[in-house]
Amino acid sequence: MSDDELKLTVDGVELTAKRGQMLIEVTDAAGIDIPRFCYHKKLSVAANCRMCLVEVEKAPKPLPACATPVMPDMVVKTRSQLALDAQKGTMEFLLINHPLDCPICDQGGECELQDLAMGYGGSASQYTEGKRVVMDKYIGPLIATEMTRCIHCTRCVRFGEEVAGVRELGATGRGEHVRIGTYIEKSVASEVSGNVIDICPVGALTARPSRYSARSWELQQAPSIAPHDSIGSNIFVHIDNGKINRVVPRENETINEVWISDRDRFSYQGLSSSDRILSPKIRQGDALVDCDWPTALQAAANALKSGSEAGSLGVLASAGNTLEELYLIQKLARALGTDDIDHRLGQNDFSGDALAPVMPWLGMNVNDLESLDAALVVGSNLRKELPIAALRLRKSALAGGKISFLNPADFPLHFDAAESLSARYDRLPEELMAIAIAAGADLSSLKNAPGGINPEEHHKRIAEQLKQGDRTALLLGNLAAAHPAYATLMAIAASLAKACNATLSHLPQRANSCGAWLAGVVPHRKPGGVALGDGGKTAAEMLERPMHTYLLMDIEPEFDAAQPAHAMGSIAAADQVVCIGSFLSDSWQKHASVVLPAGTFTETFGTFVNAAGAWQSANGIVEPPGEARPGWKIFRVLADSLGLEDFDYTSPDQITQELQGLCGSIELNNLQHVGKSQDYQRTDFGDKLLRAGEIPIHRLDPLVRRSVPLQKSEDGKQAFASLCQRELDRRKLSVGDTVSVSQAGGKVTLPVKLDDGVPENCVWIPAGLTETQVLGNTCSPVELS
Amino acid sequence: MNDTAEQMTQSALNQHSLDEINEWITRYPPEQKQSAVLAALRVAQHQNDGYLTTELMDACADVLDMPKIAVYEVASFYSMYETKPCGRHNIAICTNISCMLMGSDTIVQHVEKKYGIKLGESTPDGKIYLKVEEECLAACAGGPMMQVDHVYHTNLTPEKVDKILDALD
Repeated sequence: MSDDELKLTVDGVELTAKRGQMLIEVTDAAGIDIPRFCYHKKLSVAANCRMCLVEVEKAPKPLPACATPVMPDMVVKTRSQLALDAQKGTMEFLLINHPLDCPICDQGGECELQDLAMGYGGSASQYTEGKRVVMDKYIGPLIATEMTRCIHCTRCVRFGEEVAGVRELGATGRGEHVRIGTYIEKSVASEVSGNVIDICPVGALTARPSRYSARSWELQQAPSIAPHDSIGSNIFVHIDNGKINRVVPRENETINEVWISDRDRFSYQGLSSSDRILSPKIRQGDALVDCDWPTALQAAANALKSGSEAGSLGVLASAGNTLEELYLIQKLARALGTDDIDHRLGQNDFSGDALAPVMPWLGMNVNDLESLDAALVVGSNLRKELPIAALRLRKSALAGGKISFLNPADFPLHFDAAESLSARYDRLPEELMAIAIAAGADLSSLKNAPGGINPEEHHKRIAEQLKQGDRTALLLGNLAAAHPAYATLMAIAASLAKACNATLSHLPQRANSCGAWLAGVVPHRKPGGVALGDGGKTAAEMLERPMHTYLLMDIEPEFDAAQPAHAMGSIAAADQVVCIGSFLSDSWQKHASVVLPAGTFTETFGTFVNAAGAWQSANGIVEPPGEARPGWKIFRVLADSLGLEDFDYTSPDQITQELQGLCGSIELNNLQHVGKSQDYQRTDFGDKLLRAGEIPIHRLDPLVRRSVPLQKSEDGKQAFASLCQRELDRRKLSVGDTVSVSQAGGKVTLPVKLDDGVPENCVWIPAGLTETQVLGNTCSPVELS
Repeated sequence: MNDTAEQMTQSALNQHSLDEINEWITRYPPEQKQSAVLAALRVAQHQNDGYLTTELMDACADVLDMPKIAVYEVASFYSMYETKPCGRHNIAICTNISCMLMGSDTIVQHVEKKYGIKLGESTPDGKIYLKVEEECLAACAGGPMMQVDHVYHTNLTPEKVDKILDALD
């Protein structure tokens, strides 16, 4: 037994514990049940509910197990008369003001208070006075409140302060008048707010979208993987009679701990959207009409064949699809003789493709993000892009790690950044150069780089932080990936990372961005990263000029494409557009030649490769609605209709295994750019007003776009033209005005918003919105009038 | 725009209040600015004829770099802060044990009758607010006693109370 270990006896059983542990941690690990409400293993100890009182020998009174450190030779009794009396007494007090409305409470059946009241409560109360009532305030479309039920454990308050880093809920008032809430009427705005629903031990905070819709004991639970961001959070899907009722986190210490983002939790609300495709469709004149599968498959096969014969078949697949679907669409495309396949619709610069890693990935495990000494995040609104990664990075910062940012806008953070640089979007490469120069990085391979870049103090400080720490990382986010000089950013980042001995990390955008690279859904690589000589057309090239035939899988060009207006023009001009997916977007309605309805992530077996390279598979949980079928089956029969061989899979895991075989020998290395000669791409738009923007958190993919509660939440409200105060003054605009925005031949009117995080001479207009689909790309000039 | 100028244009706190709060802030270590929250709320309440508004609490939160909810928690916890509109003269009659033994009930009844309002209410003209005093005001030797706008008055009789209250403007 080492020095920091000790022995104690609980209920007659000898246990070993580490010094400094609280009693409840030790008993939990040993499977000894002590009742509790306020204690939560991921939160600080509050010891305010008093439910975990236990008897400790030689202590004069019962002690709370959650706040009692273990001591050598301690003798604890959790079920002695003293302990049980204390627990029973506590329970009686907790129930004094509780409404006992379990029959109409959503928490009923999975309620910690209800469960413990069965074990520790009396059958009758001695309390005959009036109970207190708390009037509820509306705190947004995601969380329903019934604060009369609250027992003031403060888990939700501590979650906000300690985990989410946004204090929105608090305990106001005193004594009997204490209440948990926002005090004022306000929607909570944290991107991980839904977790308070899980940690609330009673029915005070419940999920609003699934409220009053099912009883918990009637639900079935199935494990799955969240299909949105590249963290690949583990989830449980709860099903009520074949219908998805809600989504909750599934604990995975190395990935999402016990949390999930609101996007992962509430996106399922989009599954039953009114434009869900229930049967195959085929175009007849201007109309898209329902048809049977054989007709649709034949039409799709004919279209693909004609595109292939014309030498002009463009394949665009979403990185939100399963690995199996991505692999099969790739296999189909290449069997039809085209390398024009891509998943990177939001990307503008593909000149770094040849040097790109086999799979741009995080370069570490997700949980490694919480123990970094220093990090520089380049081009990422991290909280909204990867909410769970941001929580991990926040832990690094709270532990003293120096986390800095270089972004096209100063985004609100939930921790203090060491340095937060915001430069106009086109200036990012020069700012990164300045840091690289300060770090003494070897930039000689970068030809025609601008001279005269002199690092300032803040650049030097960031360089120094990255060099000094043992575990440091340089993270490239989606705003870097969407930059018109992405290759240059990558090259500088690689040199900088090398000079600082930092890990170069990519923050992949979608649940299967990594998987799409491995599956060969890129024009220049086959599955397993095997390089192709010339390669095919990139997403941008495919959409720049119309192709004969497009094959779209879960792509909504009006939202997904970097140049939405232009892309829509190309799609409209195509001879044939074959669409495979779950939702009938406007563009499909207008331009699809044939539509094949596919199941979503809950309706098919599928694998997702997360940012850390973990292959995570989940089974289909419910049947696809109507005539929709799992994607892998659609490809199997489509290939059959096309007379292609080697598609005769009988189960989807055969597909996974086939790809696994192709990926067996690849080595992951994000530092391919180091030392390779390339031109510096200049992206200076001078004095012109520049548009910058991101794809907002709840506009990432077709499913979240259809989740009404998410769209109604604070993060769902994005259609603004945001400018800083000086820019507003210069243009004689004020908040509440509307402004007409012209770009790429399109024009839209947007309300003006003040955001002092946006640099001067720049306007922040998000992409992926209904309102902005008529515009061009971000990081290009725009006119306001 | 420097900090002070920004506060002048945006804060619900007036310059006098801001000066006073900034003076309080200097009394604590810079990383513990929020220690000045009690003083800041008192200043804010004084500026606004005896009660706090959400705007004033938000302004205090901004000055002290605190989450707004943390300021609401403090303001709603302490009975010295009023978070709803009330009369501008704050009259708190101590009803704790010593004062009660010395006849505070008579004083309360007298004042309630005098203004026609109950404890916890304000007169319609906004002049008088009868606070529900929850704490012992620590002047037990002079009970019954009351506090009128921060001033202690001890050994009260109904006549003495009339004299004190009638002198208020």
